[in-house]
Amino acid sequence: MSKLKPQKEYEKTKAFHFFRWLSGSKDPYLGEVEMKPQKEWKVEESTIQERMREKQMLRDKVYDVEHNDKLIFFHKVYAIAAIFFCIALAGLLLYTVSYLPETGAADRPVNNEVPARYIENGLQETGAVNIVTGMILDYRAFDTFGESNVLFVATVTVLILLHTNKKKSKDGKADEEPENDRIYEPKNDAILQAGAKVLVPIIILFGIYVILNGHLSPGGGFSGGAIIGAGLILYLNAFGFKKTEKLFTEKTYKVISFAALTTYCLAKSYSFYTGANHMESHIPLGIPGHILSSGLILVLNICVGMVVACTMYTFYVMFRKGDF
Amino acid sequence: MDFIQNFPFFSIILSMFSGTVCSVLPRKAARWVNTIVVSVAGILSLILLIYLIGTGESYTYMMGHFPAPWGNEIRAGILEALMALFFCIIMLLSMLGGRKKLDDEVVESKHNLYYILVNLLLSSLLALVYTNDLFTAYVFVEINTIAACGLIMIRQNGRTIEAAVRYMIMSLLGSGMLLLGICMLYDLTGHLLMSNIKESVELIMAEGTYHVPLLITIALMSVGLAIKSALFPFHAWLPDAYGYSIVSSAAMLSSLVSKGYIFLLMKIIYRVIGFDVFDGSRIIDVLFVFGLMGMIFGSLNAIEENDIRRMIAFSSVAQIGYIYMGIGMGTQAGMTASVFHILSHAATKSLLFIAAIGLTDVSGGSRKFIDLTGAAYRNKWAGVAFMVGSLSMVGVPMFSGFISKLLFAQAAVQNHGKMLPALIVLAISTILNAIYFMKTVIRIYTPVEESKYESITFKNMKLYAVTLVCFIILNVVLGISSQPIVDLIEQGLAMFA
Repeated sequence: MSKLKPQKEYEKTKAFHFFRWLSGSKDPYLGEVEMKPQKEWKVEESTIQERMREKQMLRDKVYDVEHNDKLIFFHKVYAIAAIFFCIALAGLLLYTVSYLPETGAADRPVNNEVPARYIENGLQETGAVNIVTGMILDYRAFDTFGESNVLFVATVTVLILLHTNKKKSKDGKADEEPENDRIYEPKNDAILQAGAKVLVPIIILFGIYVILNGHLSPGGGFSGGAIIGAGLILYLNAFGFKKTEKLFTEKTYKVISFAALTTYCLAKSYSFYTGANHMESHIPLGIPGHILSSGLILVLNICVGMVVACTMYTFYVMFRKGDF
Repeated sequence: MDFIQNFPFFSIILSMFSGTVCSVLPRKAARWVNTIVVSVAGILSLILLIYLIGTGESYTYMMGHFPAPWGNEIRAGILEALMALFFCIIMLLSMLGGRKKLDDEVVESKHNLYYILVNLLLSSLLALVYTNDLFTAYVFVEINTIAACGLIMIRQNGRTIEAAVRYMIMSLLGSGMLLLGICMLYDLTGHLLMSNIKESVELIMAEGTYHVPLLITIALMSVGLAIKSALFPFHAWLPDAYGYSIVSSAAMLSSLVSKGYIFLLMKIIYRVIGFDVFDGSRIIDVLFVFGLMGMIFGSLNAIEENDIRRMIAFSSVAQIGYIYMGIGMGTQAGMTASVFHILSHAATKSLLFIAAIGLTDVSGGSRKFIDLTGAAYRNKWAGVAFMVGSLSMVGVPMFSGFISKLLFAQAAVQNHGKMLPALIVLAISTILNAIYFMKTVIRIYTPVEESKYESITFKNMKLYAVTLVCFIILNVVLGISSQPIVDLIEQGLAMFA
């Protein structure tokens, strides 16, 4: 800082812009980002009064809130009882925990023949280096199939609750629905777009890596799918619906989740059926440690990953008051 | 191993797979798939039931290549097959009876989603019935809960959404308690497989260690499942959820979803905790008292209602109370009566819901009693069906409700400590039942001079009328030929232990 640059030269440097942004005299968004103010919520004065009057009448005449001793008493008792109940339940659980077997002790009942076989024979029996994946996708695959159906049914429920029907208006103005959040969102945010350009490919690639290596290293379908879903959400935020619609629509969601769940169902049904009837399953386990190994686990991981990614993305889209 | 032993697995996987398939099919095809899958699951269960009666013993079925404590396992006995068969019949009839209402009240683009939910609900019910593993049970309890929320919300107005939110909060509290219970039980025993847990629990009881956590575990699991099946003090979510959702949802929620949880509780009592250990704990008395209170307060609430659907919903609270009273007696006879009441209540309550919708439809859609006057003349089939349902609920001989009340009374007489309260409350509750159901029946059969509403003939509601006839036949069959079914239940419970 010994030499001071002349003012004109200083104005060209990045430090100048940075300090201006820091002091608040320049807004980098201004003129760059397209923003629309939300429409003001207009309500007729008369309807407000009418609604208020009804409410007031209900309060004063029907319940007489201020002088209704029973109601006041009820609210007090309710609050006290709720607090008491929560404290009692928490206390009870803490009390119980103090009686449970000590954590980390070698003679806990949990350390029995079940985890012993998982640890000792897991590699030979499932072909998965990551024992956890071997457990959830081979030993206890039925539970995991149920779990991926939980995600599916959760998406269906969210669709029932929040899905708006765009097709209803046939004059092509469906996109201009006032309740749709899309038109109010800031677009073309330069910083976010620059960041997303770098991050999204890395995030999605990492997600794919986690899924594909689920049987070799920590990770698997659930975590990898969540990572991919996060990448898709970031991409959506940076570039808007117009771009993501090229990649992901409602149809894509349907096709992907259908394909994934069907593959899982058919693959595992074969394995369940042969297993229960003591027939030999003709799926090779491969050499442990290779990417193409451990029988069905890799396929199932991919299926679970796709379902999870779709679920994450669909939830996000639905909760923005919109469609795909 | 016989091929028939695969049937539980087939029915579970088939219904799960059909849920996935329904998401890509057109609306009508999805409806067909739903109907066919439910029927096929029912037929498979029937064949399995006949096979099991023939062999006379239950069996376990390995899900995959690994034997039980390591892999998953399901188990089938007479009681499981009977329950599965019954659930399929009720679901099929509820869907057929409510089909027209579904078309009227739900946006067409969401019908597919509804069929997905129904198929997954069926799969979760079947899995809850057949499972032999506590964690598998929990996974399918989750599917059941979420699907039930969707079933309530499918008809979108403020009331149903509020009801669904309420249901979700209460139901998740119940799931949480169940999960805590399962975690503690795993910590104490080191197993998730039901039969292995039972061995360990017997060992714990013999050694005398871990008594306190075991007691808390039993309490958590019982209360969790009681909340989910709307036992009396936890029933606040029920009237709105049953009263405002579309009719097939209401019928399925009242007769299948809550019954699935009760069946799971019975399974836990017999196959996880052990009947004697559960009997020895104080929890059983709590369930007994709550059951008795539910029988009275549910009926009192129902008398106050001026809305026929909510009245039927509150009647469910009372009937759930009966079932818990039977469980709370702590005897084999009480348990048999409870299982029979699950069947009889499921058959009757879905009949009542479906008949009530026919009556309100010919009264301008109003559910108030004043508008329902003479509704049975305008829709004769629904009127007769509602009367049959009411008589069965009150406990008139020839109908299924009579048999379950008889069984409850017999069970109460055999139990010395709990005989008096059980019999007194049973009598009071029967009178209260009669008050509100007979009031409704008299109301719908009161002739009106000039009705402002049009009546409906058989031609315009063929499917609906046939469904009602099937329901009535089911009810009368349960009422007249009850002895073979009671024998089956007793054999099934013997297989449980």
